[in-house]
Amino acid sequence: MKNEWPLWEVFIRGQHGLSHRHVGSLHAPDAEMAIKNARDVYTRRNEGVSIWVVEANQISASSPSDKGPLYEPSESKVYRHPTFFDIPDEVGAM
Amino acid sequence: MYAQMIKSEATQDDPEQLAAFQARIDAGEKIEPKDWMPEGYRKTLIRQIGQHAHSEIVGQLPEGNWITRAPTLERKAILLAKVQDEAGHGLYLYGAAETLGVSRDELTEMLLDGRMKYSSIFNYPTLNWADIGAVGWLVDGAAIMNQVPLQRTSYGPYSRAMIRICKEESFHQRQGYDAIRRMAEGSDAQKKMAQDALNRLWYPSLMMFGPSDKDSVHSAQSMAWKIKMNTNDELRQKFVDQTVPQAEYLGLTVPDPDLKWNEARGHYDFTDPDWTEFYEVLKGNGPCNTDRLAARNKAWDEGAWVRDGLLAHARKRTARKMAAE
Repeated sequence: MKNEWPLWEVFIRGQHGLSHRHVGSLHAPDAEMAIKNARDVYTRRNEGVSIWVVEANQISASSPSDKGPLYEPSESKVYRHPTFFDIPDEVGAM
Repeated sequence: MYAQMIKSEATQDDPEQLAAFQARIDAGEKIEPKDWMPEGYRKTLIRQIGQHAHSEIVGQLPEGNWITRAPTLERKAILLAKVQDEAGHGLYLYGAAETLGVSRDELTEMLLDGRMKYSSIFNYPTLNWADIGAVGWLVDGAAIMNQVPLQRTSYGPYSRAMIRICKEESFHQRQGYDAIRRMAEGSDAQKKMAQDALNRLWYPSLMMFGPSDKDSVHSAQSMAWKIKMNTNDELRQKFVDQTVPQAEYLGLTVPDPDLKWNEARGHYDFTDPDWTEFYEVLKGNGPCNTDRLAARNKAWDEGAWVRDGLLAHARKRTARKMAAE
């Protein structure tokens, strides 16, 4: 059996109030070690206040070839953006 | 550089797909792991990022050599932090290479059995404490020259790894300059050591950028793909121009009698390193090639029981948890 440690994706909350953000990946035998290693590798200079690790093979991702069908419909719906509407200056900030 | 003599792989892909791919790169788009890419792009990147990662890991050896003998507790803590950073840099880069479909263990095995290379510079010894200062100043300084432009490389994971690395690399160079400055401003004996370190490490540092452009045959494709951002000679010149005034400030002499400022070019003229020596080191005949590979093999072999033990423990716990459910 191949004894390579599984790959984990690491997510770090940079500051209180912000979302976790993907920062990279590492190998570890289990989640506990993955968090310990993530702490050593990705937070040596106050980069974070919280760590998530997810085994890489547990992540489902959209496919690059779906880019068109997935995202193009939103391009034709400019009225979804607030800038679509002209608000007279007299009305003030809105 | 940390990746030297990377041969661009030939590509036999559909010309239309190739043109679309090149157009994405020319438009400044990033290529991400699941995107279509030419086989040559993938293979060249695996080799380049892998070699860069190996250099970070092997690069820990010449400096680790002095951790227990640093002159003060503060210098020891700083050096320890730097060497730990190098392990991290290796890891970021292995992570980027893995997104191209090669596994971490495969890369490690290719380093250990000599199929993959690491930078020539790490086959030179660090004989005394002055060398540690000189390595930070010159070797990390040379690495930065290459790594800063690579932050803009076309391959997303590689670019992101470079951005992380560059944030930390400046600490490496500055701590080195600070260490050698202390010696250059010290007693006559210390000053002599600083000069001696510069004498020995100057040309090996210039070699880090790889052979002269006229002998560097594979860079056009890599530059079109934006996985090589500058030519070897451009970066070498930039390094010399930056480093000479730093040496002058220390009162040290660059060991090149023909070094002089060329007003017309706006650059220093300097002597190329001995390329015969460079190729010998790449072939495995440098002062420390055997030691370095032996040390990496020993660490890998002697760590096997830890890797296996931790994995067995994790599997046992998972099995126990599943049985309980």
